[in-house]
Amino acid sequence: MSLLEIENLTAFYGDFQALFGISLAIDKGETVAAIGANGAGKSTFLRAITGLVNFRADKFLYDGETLSGRQACDIVGLGIAMVPEGRRLFPSLSVEENLIIGGYNQRSGNWNLARVYQMFPKLEQRKDISGTALSGGEQQMVAIGRALMSNPDILLCDELSLGLAPIIIKDIYDALPSIQAEGVSLLVVEQDINQALAIADRVYCFQEGRISLSGKPEELSKDQIAAAYFGK
Amino acid sequence: MIEWANTIIQGILTGGLYAMFAAGLAIIFGVMRLVNITHGDLIVLAAFIAMVVIETTGVNPFVSLLAVIPIMFVFGYFLQRGILNFTLGDDLLPPLLVTFGLSIVIQNLLLEIFSADSQRLKAGSFEVMSIQLTEGLSIGVFPLVIFIVALVMIIGLQQLFNRTRLGRAFRATSDDATTAQLMGINHKHIFGLAMGLALILVAIAGVLMAVRTNFDPTVGPSRLLFAFEAVIMGGLGSLWGTLIGGIILGVAQNIGAKIDPGWQILFGHIAFLIVLVFRPNGLFPRTRDD
Repeated sequence: MSLLEIENLTAFYGDFQALFGISLAIDKGETVAAIGANGAGKSTFLRAITGLVNFRADKFLYDGETLSGRQACDIVGLGIAMVPEGRRLFPSLSVEENLIIGGYNQRSGNWNLARVYQMFPKLEQRKDISGTALSGGEQQMVAIGRALMSNPDILLCDELSLGLAPIIIKDIYDALPSIQAEGVSLLVVEQDINQALAIADRVYCFQEGRISLSGKPEELSKDQIAAAYFGK
Repeated sequence: MIEWANTIIQGILTGGLYAMFAAGLAIIFGVMRLVNITHGDLIVLAAFIAMVVIETTGVNPFVSLLAVIPIMFVFGYFLQRGILNFTLGDDLLPPLLVTFGLSIVIQNLLLEIFSADSQRLKAGSFEVMSIQLTEGLSIGVFPLVIFIVALVMIIGLQQLFNRTRLGRAFRATSDDATTAQLMGINHKHIFGLAMGLALILVAIAGVLMAVRTNFDPTVGPSRLLFAFEAVIMGGLGSLWGTLIGGIILGVAQNIGAKIDPGWQILFGHIAFLIVLVFRPNGLFPRTRDD
């Protein structure tokens, strides 16, 4: 049985339909990548899962339980955490406070401050300064650590590489295997196709609010992906 | 000379009361970006609730706080969740209009129930006790107590905001309510708690004010004005700033009253304008990179 199973999900912003019948499943411990161009609906899809966007779905099961209609603030307590696009650290909170507030729901698990600092040693030296005073890459580390502090079963990562230098992106992605090793499922939204293909067990390609292609990275040809990414 | 020293000391002590008015206003604005026009009327409401508690139970005004504080907290929580949460958004105008309307409603309800008579809560001989500092200079025990309560209040609020789980949730929600929800924070509940907390401060300030001066249902708006002036002079977002702002206002008013009793309020406003001319963001604005 899949950990997260979604069938025929549609979402609107007012009159504008952003998603047209998305079906997607993630198994426990699996890493799934959602790729696609700007405006393809990837972020909207993550926001729907976390309850920030209203949606309709034929089936929306998490751990066998239906999740439709839950408030956003209840979702994280069930084990679904998100690293939002653009990091969105809290400027009034220090680095350490940003991490601590990630554990606000007090869900039990293996993650704590020490583990996060072990994964990102740079953060410990800078724990008392404001989160927004860090470099973009360090902010991304805080955002990932903050999400992990909630001890999630599924971690949703929205555009981890956005606006970061390639060398920093590598640092960030190097941290993902140690998260996978904990048995955490990952749903990674990326515009950087190669990065996504390198870490994912399965890939979904979004195009204009629909899924245009899905499969295992090794089974998909470059041409197929290009067609699914850009349309014909 | 000693008379002027006396004037200034009394002014500083009065500033403690203004700081209490201002602290609640500052929290409401700080957490919810809500300008609470009904703040002064809530202070008066707390005073009238205390009056009813005292009349029915016969307790001392300070003991009445045991009832007034929880009543105001619960009232604040449900006021926020039942009405004010629905006014919040990108536009600052709806909360202004709704709290302005609430101000009129509360004033008229109080007028209807309690009439326009001037009231006073009596705390017995404690009100007039004083400590002599030197020849010709003494300070009232009660004004001093008010000032100390204001100090303790601000220190306590600082600790709450900086060191506790709830304080972090307040700050995070204030920064970014959407992302706060991803942390499992129910922003509507947090807003309710912030309003409840602010009305705890209002309850304390209202009862202390009612022991110190006369009040009637129409004095709310002028308390609101003092609170605003203290908050703006101190700098938005700074709790210590509200104390300094309150003190400046209190001292200026006392100096004005010393020169001519009719100038008391005028001097407060003039001090406010002078501070604004030189420091448009107030004395201790919180620096924030948004």
